[in-house]
Amino acid sequence: MSRFKVALHIVPRRGLLDPQGKAVADALHTLGFKAVEDVHVGKHIIVEITARSASDAEKDARAMCERLLANPVTEDFEIAAVSAT
Amino acid sequence: MKFGIVTFPGSNCDYDAYHAVTDVLGEEATYLWHKDHDLAGADVVILPGGFSYGDYLRPGAIARFSPIMSEVIAHAKRGAPVLAICNGFQIACEAGLLPGVLLRNESLRFVSEPVRLRVENADTLFTNRYAMGEVLTMPVAHGDGRYTADGETLDRLEGEGQVVFRYVQGAGDTDVYWSPNGAMRAIAGIVSAQGNVMGLMPHPERAMDALLGSSDGVGVFESVLARVAA
Repeated sequence: MSRFKVALHIVPRRGLLDPQGKAVADALHTLGFKAVEDVHVGKHIIVEITARSASDAEKDARAMCERLLANPVTEDFEIAAVSAT
Repeated sequence: MKFGIVTFPGSNCDYDAYHAVTDVLGEEATYLWHKDHDLAGADVVILPGGFSYGDYLRPGAIARFSPIMSEVIAHAKRGAPVLAICNGFQIACEAGLLPGVLLRNESLRFVSEPVRLRVENADTLFTNRYAMGEVLTMPVAHGDGRYTADGETLDRLEGEGQVVFRYVQGAGDTDVYWSPNGAMRAIAGIVSAQGNVMGLMPHPERAMDALLGSSDGVGVFESVLARVAA
């Protein structure tokens, strides 16, 4: 068994109203970043886990997203990185 | 009749619900701690408002896995009544007792004010003491009340009469839907397909006495009493 660090990205599903993302985009426009077209604000979660392999750690993280970390109605998730610690 | 009021860490409307049941209705109520494993013989479960687990991750996401929730879900599956108010509504959605989810208010502001609600179905376990189309006043107090679901779910809720309360504008504009939080189709409250679970963002338990602004919430509790006692 080894220790792994799994980095997860959880973002509001495209097409759903994201007022937080819109507020941040408006603020960026105010600061002069006129080229910003869209912003989505989500969550970055790091899970440290003991697993047999990196693929097992990823499988566990996926199950965690499906059951708790992301809401299947409104959020999408992706496993950004799995690294041994 | 006995009401069980669940207290999660961060619940803050549990006493209001207790007061509504015992002092206003004269019925029996008991608090159920989130770590309890039984409902202490409650006929009706109330999931009260508040900020369970500090709204960490998403409102209701962690409370939904509290030990007591297995009992609440089993109670609901038996067809017994669950009244889920505000944070309770968020928890019930996360637990899969009701469809959809409550997202951050469109304005990004916490709203705390009396709102007007139109009764969209007066033939449910929770609304049978109201008249169809009646406009009620109840307070809301939430930051995450924007009811959201996919189009198919919304159509089904409407088609099956599961939308029980909608937000409407002020006096004289009772047909104009309006929402303090950006809720899809101005939905303020829904019932489950079986009809025994109601979730709503407004607070009926805080609208129990005209002296404090409104007694329009009493009907929700009386409706449950009328049906369950019958």
